[in-house]
Formats: sequence, C-alpha cells, structure tokens
Amino acid sequence: MSMRLFVPCDAGALAVGADEVAQALHSAALERNVAIEIVRNGSRGLYWLEPLVELETAQGRFAFGPVTTDDVPSLLDAIIADKPHKLSLGLTEEIPWLKRQTRLTFARCGIVDPLSLDDYRAHGGYKGLTRALTLTPDAVIAEVTTSGLRGRGGAGFPTGIKWKTVAQTAADRKYVICNADEGDSGTFADRMLMEGDPFVLIEGMTICGLAVGATKGYIYTRSEYPHAIAAMTKAIDIAKKAGLLGDKIAGSNYTFDLEVRTGAGAYVCGEETALMESLEGKRGIVRAKPPLPAHHGLFDKPTVVNNLLSFAAIPFILDGGAKAYADFGMGRSRGTMPIQLAGNIKFGGLFETAFGVTLGDLVDDIGGGTFTGRPVRAVQVGGPLGAYFPRALFDTPFDYEAFAARDGLIGHGGIVVFDDTVDMSKQARFAMEFCAIESCGKCTPCRIGSTRGAETIDKIRRGERVAENIALVEDLCGTMKLGSLCALGGFTPYPVLSALKHFREDFGPQQPRLQAAE
Amino acid sequence: MTPVYETWETARGAEIIAEHSKMEGATLPIMHALQETFGHVPEEAIPMIASALNLSRAEVYGVFTFYHDFRAKPAGRHVLKLCRAEACQAAGGDALAARAEAKLGISIGNTTADERVTLEPIYCLGLCATAPSAMLDGRLVGRLDEARIDALVSEAQR
Repeated sequence: MSMRLFVPCDAGALAVGADEVAQALHSAALERNVAIEIVRNGSRGLYWLEPLVELETAQGRFAFGPVTTDDVPSLLDAIIADKPHKLSLGLTEEIPWLKRQTRLTFARCGIVDPLSLDDYRAHGGYKGLTRALTLTPDAVIAEVTTSGLRGRGGAGFPTGIKWKTVAQTAADRKYVICNADEGDSGTFADRMLMEGDPFVLIEGMTICGLAVGATKGYIYTRSEYPHAIAAMTKAIDIAKKAGLLGDKIAGSNYTFDLEVRTGAGAYVCGEETALMESLEGKRGIVRAKPPLPAHHGLFDKPTVVNNLLSFAAIPFILDGGAKAYADFGMGRSRGTMPIQLAGNIKFGGLFETAFGVTLGDLVDDIGGGTFTGRPVRAVQVGGPLGAYFPRALFDTPFDYEAFAARDGLIGHGGIVVFDDTVDMSKQARFAMEFCAIESCGKCTPCRIGSTRGAETIDKIRRGERVAENIALVEDLCGTMKLGSLCALGGFTPYPVLSALKHFREDFGPQQPRLQAAE
Repeated sequence: MTPVYETWETARGAEIIAEHSKMEGATLPIMHALQETFGHVPEEAIPMIASALNLSRAEVYGVFTFYHDFRAKPAGRHVLKLCRAEACQAAGGDALAARAEAKLGISIGNTTADERVTLEPIYCLGLCATAPSAMLDGRLVGRLDEARIDALVSEAQR
C-alpha cells in the first residue's frame, strides 16, 4: 500500500519537532517496507496539536496530534493495520475548533502544498485574478470598496479608498507594498500565511497592482521570520516562471513584479512611513503625514501600503464578489478577521471568524482559558501597543469601533492571555521600556517620554510618592498620545493607561507576588 | 549547525557590495549579505558601501547602527535568542530567561568569556501560541520549560 501523509513545515510546527517527526515517519516507513509520500503543508493553526500529522483517505483527511517521534512507530503500525490510535483526532475538518471557523483568508492554509501552483489552482487559486482581468481597474477598486474591507494592520482604513487615491494619482511609476513586518507579540497570521499559502498574497498584490497601475511590489517582512522569507521567495520564483509575475501577467497587457525585502530587527519599521524609509535603504525613521504615501510614497511615488492580511483577503473578494465578503461581520467591520490566540492559553492558535464574537468567548470558550489552569486575569489585545482588558470587559465584541469605545484596539488581531500571577505594573513598565528600545527617535514624546515613563513606573513600584507619580504617568501618556508622530509613541499609552485603570491595585510598593507560572 | 563565516577580505566585500548595489534602496540588502558572509558588518565596509551607493559615510553608519540585527563584531560560536515579548512573558518566559542567564553566567545581550555563546533578546518569533520560544543558530524551539532551556544552553556550550 502507499500512503500520503501531511506534516506541516510551518515554523510553529517546526519549533515543536515537525521536521524530526517527518524524518521518523520516513525511516519507519522504510523499515516496514511501505511506500510513503509526505507533503509538507502549512499549519491548520491548531498549535496545541502541533505537530499535527494528517493521513489522506477516501473519506477525507484524518488528523493525529500532537505527534512526537516516540509516537511514530505505533502511529504508523496503527495506520497500516487500520486500527485506532491514541492520538487520533478523527477527520480534520470535523475538529470542532476548526469547524467553528469561517475561513476565507486562510481557506487553503494547512490544506495545500504551499509551493504547488497546481494545488493552489485546484483549491480556487487565481480565480480572483482571472476575474479581475475581465474588469476595468475602476471596477476592481469598486469591488474592493463595496466589500467593506478595512486595513487589517490595525488602523482599519478602508482599503478601496486607499487604492482609489493611488489609482487617481498620475505618475510614471507606482508601487505596492505589503507590510508583512508583523512585530506584535501575540500575532503570527502573516507568518502562517506566507509559510502556508504564499500564492494568495502574490495573487492579492497582483490584483492591487493592476487596479492602481503599479508595476512593482515589495513584501517587507522581518528577519525574525527566516522560514516565511524562504517560502515567499520560492513562491515568487515559481509564479514568475509560470508567467504570473513579470511582463504580460497571465497573458494580459499588465506588468507586475514582486520582491521580498527583509528588515533588520527594528519594530518601528512596521509603521508604514518608517517601512518605506527602510525600503529606500535608510534608517527607519517615521515621516510626518501629509503627504500621504498614496501621493508621495516609496521613492516619492504613489504607493499602496497594505497589511498582508488585507491583500490576502482580495482574491476571495474578487472571486466570490464583494457581497459574499461583506455579508460577514458587524457594523462597519465587514468580513472575517484571523484572530490569534496566544500566551498563557490552553488552545492557542489562529481562529478566523466574522467580526462580532466577544472577547470572553474567544478567551474562555475557544481558547479554553489558561494552560496553567489558573484564572485569566488580563488579556492584551492588539500587540504591545494594545490595551490590557480585565474580565469585566469580556463582553466587548471583536469590532474596530467596539474596542475603540473601550479605549482599546484590535490591531492585527493578536490576543495574549495572562493568568493571575501577572504583575500589571511590570507589564506597564515593559510597554514603556519597549517603546524606549524601539523608538526611531524622531519625535520627543516617544523618544524621551518612554524613558521617563519607565523611570516613573519604577518609582511607583518602589513606593515613592505613588499618587503623584501615577498622576505624572497619566499626564505623560496624554502627551505621548497627542504629540507623537506615529503609533509607536502614540499607542504605548494604551497598555499603560489600561493597566492603571483596570489594575490600579498593582501600582504601589511591590508586594510578594503569587507563585509565578512555570 | 554552527554557522561558518569567511574572514573579511576587501576584494570579497567589494564583490558582495557590487552584486547588490543596483537594487533599489540597496543598503539593507548589502548589510544583510555582508553579515551572512562574514558574521558581522566590518567597519571597513562602511566607506565602501557609501562610495558604491553615493551616500555619505555618516548616512551608511547611521543605517548600520539603527537596526538591531547588524553587528560590528562577530557573535559567539552559537547564538541563543530568547523571546522576551508579552506572549512569552505570559507563559513563564521571564523565569526561563533568568535561568539561562544564570547557567551561562552572563546577562542577556552578552557573549560568554570563552566566546562560545551569545545570548540575545528577540522581540517575537511569531511562535506566540507555543510560547515561550527561542532560536538557537536559526533553529526554532517552542514550548520551552526548564528541561528544554537547560538542554538548549548545554547544546550551545558544546
């Protein structure tokens, strides 16, 4: 008999032994003299089950996990004998955590071979571009506008309007930039998609290029993501060879080319103007806006800068139609959001769902609470610049406006869970310290405010004039919020002020803490 | 796998710079390529990059110092990066970082006296659902606990 197995090559799976498991499967199959084909797919995003091994059968794919090298011999024997195994999870598609999701952007991630164009096409790939090529650029932009898609990077600006501005700006050269500088702790959606379904990003950016009249695109990502860089680079190469990038893409008269660029460990380069400076070969220092990148962007040319998740949503919108996308969601937050559950959480992973699910459902029900088994005390939503939410706010629906109304932000969709051993004044101090380390230095509130903020929180933690120093931190946060040039200095007050507001009891002379989680 | 680096030679450096200098905004790609080859960006390369890209030395030096990735000197034989960001903090990463520091006898950001191990902070490897996590010479390790951090440290010390 010959069997076809899937073992993810996603960095999250590799970090818990996926390569070793694939190797062990090969050796065990050789010993048993059975033919075996191992496909290295992306991750399904069920990280507590990684490495998740799947077996292809006539009924569908069966999942086993988490598989260690020690489990491999018995697993293979069970498969050969068609017997049950202790790690069996049944049909992958029937796993409730996966079944509850609405996967539009991540529809293929974990299913296809990431570097197979045939596989991508067999699962609906390039249908969006095919339709876009039958439309005028204006009609493509209208479709994106009608879908209600808003920037998935955090600011939530309507994507269609951004594209329209670039399309209407006359220039000899225009650019499309994918901001894949996913530096927020608790987020890994960009990485997962680049490793698990890179062609969807290429297709989305290509559609954007022809809609706005750009001929060159850059994917700017992080040096911390070597596997994603490798996968993306290979996928671009494959697309070029297949005539899907370069001159006369897919037989049309459009030209569009793509290149991956790697950052160098500067968080601020996730801010779009700093990112462009970095792409131009300079220090990643924020530019004042206006002028908007849509008018004067990369190399002073009109530039679309969108988050990876925004581009990755485009193929579905063009293929399925704007309405199919807009039918999901609530209020002005349309479509789906790939939410990332992370930190001290039992079921950590990527959960794509329509906007509107409550924070409490995400953390307690879907996430299963903490893996330490202790009570959840705080969750940080939206990365290091996002607010800390207490249980009292767990009824907040996942929606741009609903989070803003409670002094928070959904950012790139990351949720980091903390149990009751967390020291919130320490977390507030970390937010200030992180800002101090990562500040580009251009504006004073961010550069100096963050250092003074960390010092003042230290004083509070030592018990020095606590009330006065808390007032000073609050005042400083106000200055940073209003006076900073970009979101780094402007949003650092979110974690600090939310910690002060909801966890005031942690700000004062340090008491012996609860036993720290191990 | 311990990375093996070439010793700096001006001609080899010039070749790498020339190879990348036609790219739009070539500074970062050049510095990455130099560091991949030599393990760091040698001081002698700064004026060479400046002249190839028609920039001032100060501009190139400014870029070099702005980014956390670029090194002026080679790191230790092994580089152990520990994620210090919130998701790993929430999962007990602080205690494990302290443990690694104690075992190596250095604080994060330093290299051991025998130049075997460089211990560095990293702010997010995107492994936040299998936290805490680390990277040893490019190899990723998630779900760290005391046993795993000890094993990583011993491996790095070999």
